[in-house]
Amino acid sequence: MAQLALRNLVKRYGSTEVLHGINLEVADGEFVVFVGPSGCGKSTTLRMIAGLEEVSDGVIEIGGREVNHLEPKERDIAMVFQNYAIYPHMSVRKNIAFGLRSSKMSKPDKARRIEEVAGILSMTELLERKPSQLSGGQRQRVAIGRAMVRDPSVFLFDEPLSNLDAQLRTQMRLEIKKLHQRVGNTIVFVTHDQVEAMTMADRIVIMKDGRIQQVGTPDEVYHRPQNTFVARFIGAPSMNMLDAEMSDGRVIMPQGQAIQLGGLTTAQPGRITLGVRPDDLVPVESDMLIQGKVTVREPLGSETLIYVDTPGGEIVVKADGRKPPAVGEVVRLGADPANLHVFDRETGMVLR
Amino acid sequence: MHPALQGMLTIAIGVGACITYFWGSNQFLDKVLYPPKGPNAGRNINRANMIRPWLFLFPAIFALSLYLAYPVVETLRLSVTQRIPGGGSEFVGLDNYKQMFGESKFWEAMRNNMLWLIVVPAVSTAMGLLVAQLTDRIRWGAIAKSLIFMPMAISFVGAAVIWKLVYDARPPGTEQIGVLNAIYVGLMGGEPQQWLTIPFWNNFFLMIVLIWIQTGFAMVILSAALRGIPEETVEAAIIDGANPFQVFFKIKVPQIMGTIVVVWTTITIVVLKIFDIVFAMTNGQWETQVLANYMYDKLFRSNDWGVGSASAMVIMLLVTPILVWNVYNARKEMR
Repeated sequence: MAQLALRNLVKRYGSTEVLHGINLEVADGEFVVFVGPSGCGKSTTLRMIAGLEEVSDGVIEIGGREVNHLEPKERDIAMVFQNYAIYPHMSVRKNIAFGLRSSKMSKPDKARRIEEVAGILSMTELLERKPSQLSGGQRQRVAIGRAMVRDPSVFLFDEPLSNLDAQLRTQMRLEIKKLHQRVGNTIVFVTHDQVEAMTMADRIVIMKDGRIQQVGTPDEVYHRPQNTFVARFIGAPSMNMLDAEMSDGRVIMPQGQAIQLGGLTTAQPGRITLGVRPDDLVPVESDMLIQGKVTVREPLGSETLIYVDTPGGEIVVKADGRKPPAVGEVVRLGADPANLHVFDRETGMVLR
Repeated sequence: MHPALQGMLTIAIGVGACITYFWGSNQFLDKVLYPPKGPNAGRNINRANMIRPWLFLFPAIFALSLYLAYPVVETLRLSVTQRIPGGGSEFVGLDNYKQMFGESKFWEAMRNNMLWLIVVPAVSTAMGLLVAQLTDRIRWGAIAKSLIFMPMAISFVGAAVIWKLVYDARPPGTEQIGVLNAIYVGLMGGEPQQWLTIPFWNNFFLMIVLIWIQTGFAMVILSAALRGIPEETVEAAIIDGANPFQVFFKIKVPQIMGTIVVVWTTITIVVLKIFDIVFAMTNGQWETQVLANYMYDKLFRSNDWGVGSASAMVIMLLVTPILVWNVYNARKEMR
């Protein structure tokens, strides 16, 4: 049974439709990450699950129960906000206790539960402090503690790491993942950062313009993107997109090289986009895919990004950091045909 | 000369004098006193920069000393002297205060002031908070706000005249033009009442006028504060299961407590100085006397500037601690 199900979820503001029918099933204990650019509707979806936004059309089910018209408190959810949203006038203990106010637990049980949560998040010594005395990471921990204390069946995270600095973000990312492994509640996590999505999720939901583009494990969305948007959104640096032609079941590159590819869903001649990740391009002697002149080098230590000017446009290549090609050098690049992605240039959909 | 022309001339001379003063004094400082050249250029610049703020502050400090600080000292002096018939004055120690403390009218004024002090700030702030919260949630809230704010633009005397009409009474049997009596006679079948002559309760009829004026002030400030509350804390509270009342009293009000205190104390200071409304509506009759009107009576009606000054000192003593508290809180809010 799905712990959380969205069926044909639609959101309209007046006559503007911002979500065009979202369908998703989240299993019990699953960690699902919604990712997409600003304005793609990921936060709106989350807020609808939380009950902060009205559902215009469609159904939201939590634990097999339709919750469309239930108050947020009746939905058995908890939410962590981007700006922490902790109550500035209450101590950490009172902040966490606020969520237990309406629970039927006895007083000592509540106190024990608060201590337990504080222990899990290792902030027992912070309980008497006021939020103004906490650092950003500690505040976020309080916000998570406040969500955890009620032991909801679904946790909702709305870009909770965006306000933290890079180092702290990495650390909290790991902590949230560990927390999930430990408590095992279902988590829906919204972010615009594809690295966060890749590292934390059991399954990633990639959204754009109010539509789901692809749902899959990090592995699937990285290695088998369904369309050019997903292909370019996941992975850094982005996948290179080269204009090419298809004819007789072969891909003809801008410089005339022809590649035989298996597994194509169509043999129709036509214009296609060939996608290849910067990591999959390697310098070759024969079986060249494309060649061009190196224009810029970006050393990153273990590897160096080199930008190559080709007839098909500028492309990025991850080269060995120890002996990268020099600027101005002409490089011949090839790739394993298994690692090439073929998309229809008009629809952007994958062709194999 | 035509008064308008006279006014314009005054403005021209005033503005001209200001420009001449600021420009001229700075020129003198930079060109004559400490020119930024010669062997001591660096030292001269530092010295000029040390003096410059005082050039700008001087007119304000001078005017404030002349019109605020000096009168306080002079009032203190007058409060311990008494006029000798035929001219001159003599030191009488605390006699004026003793005389004042012996008057029942003074204690009536003290009692009424305390009553005003408790009722008006509390009711104005509470109403302002209520209106601010409610108008934020309705479509015609902006119009409601402007209407509630409008009395702020009316002078206290003007408001007193308006409300005198509300409380107006005509002989029984004739048509009542006062709204209160019209309702009382027409709907509840009572006899027309002279509302402002009913001791004790008439104080509240006077207070309503000030509440009517001050609610708009409280509303504007508190409305801005309410909007400054992070929306996410409210949403978090809703998800934590708080109902609208709990969101308001446990999440919103505590977060704007500093502003509430500032609004409260600001209105308190207005109340302690209250004069115009009482002066224009009852002039302290029928047990509605307040301190400022008592002072006016002594000073300008009885020409007893000894006791008048003593009561002025009492008002100042009462206002000062609240003013200090108010400034302290306002500064804390700004940080």
